[in-house]
Amino acid sequence: MPGEATSTVTASRWASRRPVLRRGHGRDPLGLRQALLGPLLPAVALAMTLLAALALGGAAGAQALALRWQQGAAAAVTVQLPDMEAPRLARTLAALRELPDLVDARPMDQDRLAALLRPWLGEVPALPLPPILELRFDPLPDNPEGLALRIISVVPGATVETQGVWVARLVALAQRVRGTALAAVALVGLLAVGVVMVGIRAGLAARQDVIVILHDLGATDGDIANRFAGRVALLCGLGGLTGLLLAVPVLLAFGGLAAPLMGRMPVVRLAELPWQTLPWLLLAGLPLLMAGLGWATAELTVRSWLKRLP
Amino acid sequence: MARRAGGLYVGLMVRFTSVGLRYAPPAGSSDPGVGQDVLADLSFELPAGSFHWLLGPSGAGKSSLLRLMQLALRPSRGEVEVLGTVTSRARRQDMPALRRRIGVVFQDFRLLPHLSAFDNIALPLRIAGRAELALRADVTEMLRWVGLETKAESLPPELSGGEQQRIAIGRAVAMRPALLLADEPTGNLDAVQSRRVLSLLQEMHRMGTTVVVATHSESLVNAYPGPALRLARGRLER
Repeated sequence: MPGEATSTVTASRWASRRPVLRRGHGRDPLGLRQALLGPLLPAVALAMTLLAALALGGAAGAQALALRWQQGAAAAVTVQLPDMEAPRLARTLAALRELPDLVDARPMDQDRLAALLRPWLGEVPALPLPPILELRFDPLPDNPEGLALRIISVVPGATVETQGVWVARLVALAQRVRGTALAAVALVGLLAVGVVMVGIRAGLAARQDVIVILHDLGATDGDIANRFAGRVALLCGLGGLTGLLLAVPVLLAFGGLAAPLMGRMPVVRLAELPWQTLPWLLLAGLPLLMAGLGWATAELTVRSWLKRLP
Repeated sequence: MARRAGGLYVGLMVRFTSVGLRYAPPAGSSDPGVGQDVLADLSFELPAGSFHWLLGPSGAGKSSLLRLMQLALRPSRGEVEVLGTVTSRARRQDMPALRRRIGVVFQDFRLLPHLSAFDNIALPLRIAGRAELALRADVTEMLRWVGLETKAESLPPELSGGEQQRIAIGRAVAMRPALLLADEPTGNLDAVQSRRVLSLLQEMHRMGTTVVVATHSESLVNAYPGPALRLARGRLER
């Protein structure tokens, strides 16, 4: 064999170098392109990203609705009083503070009241505004209608508006929906890890002989695990991207349907879809997250599997 | 202990001291044969640069002994020292570098079927991080050495048994290993191909590589006489 004069020196120099299985040149020593990993992982990543994107979109929508409703209904109950002098107003307030579960009762700020009425009445500075009290309860009353009757018995001539109770309930519901949606995202992540792990184990089983040969040729655990992890990350990332592309039109359609709830006009044209309200940054992170989850799961699974070799 | 002097190893390449090997039974196995000693009380030394036959009938433990030398197994008892490293004391992360200095040839070739002859030979060089440009020249030279320069792009299933074994030898010696192990390398070959494979192994020996060839074929040993380790039922016969 030619080159023997320097053979051992060359060999030991290369043997002691930090090994890295070279990429490029279409080399695929593990044959991962032909292993089971191919069709399974992108499909899983697609489905998981689609679910996660829908859940994230739902969470963002629920949060926006809750915020809007909270702003629109600062109090659970509003009481419009008949015109009265300040001393009588103070007595009325004191009487109302005796109501069970009342945590706050105060007159509504006149400027805020004017702002609330402005869309209907316009700027009419001279218009006298009735005194309005805002009442907050904790917990919310179970029977808003009964409460209204009780308030009228305390303040004869008052007009009671208990719609805020229902708004507060809707806000609480929206917040729970948001929490549930975020939990669904976490669950999707866990499921993705589980399914990726199963896929990788299938790939390891299919390529066991090849892996043992590489190991015997001096490949480190890191070499082999990085090969698997790189391939898994690529497949999960591509699947995730496809899932996201499928999710975006669905989210926009839901956003369009919810437009009236957010105080916007119903959507009739493409440009009116709520493009700006989607959580784009979070959504864009999903394929990356999917690729990262795949990479980390593959690294852990393969390195753990390789521990059985000496 | 083997040490380097002017690029060649001198002294001992392999030392076995009271080595025993027992495969752990699979979980739930009730087979009484499993878990018994495959090798027992093996003590011997192989000088650097030597050529040895490893002889014995099928089932005598030749492959297990080679796998211990190849660092694909760790002994259940005793000490195995290869290339100056006692394997039972070596850290796991140090083993890959050691394995890259040991070439192995198997009876069933163990080529990667989806890689061309060129890429199979290039594999250990790529694992070692060799630059693609330098590697190309070395692999081409290796293909020429085994007489298969025209089959560089052929996949293993497209090659004959003898050709596959020569590719396997090319892969085993691509890193210019200090120790070359061959497990029944001619077991699946006809007489002509067997002679060709043996002459390649002997050429490696002439160039200073320590070579151990396991076979159960006495006729092969008679054709190429040399010192031998004889195994019977997991023990060395003197």
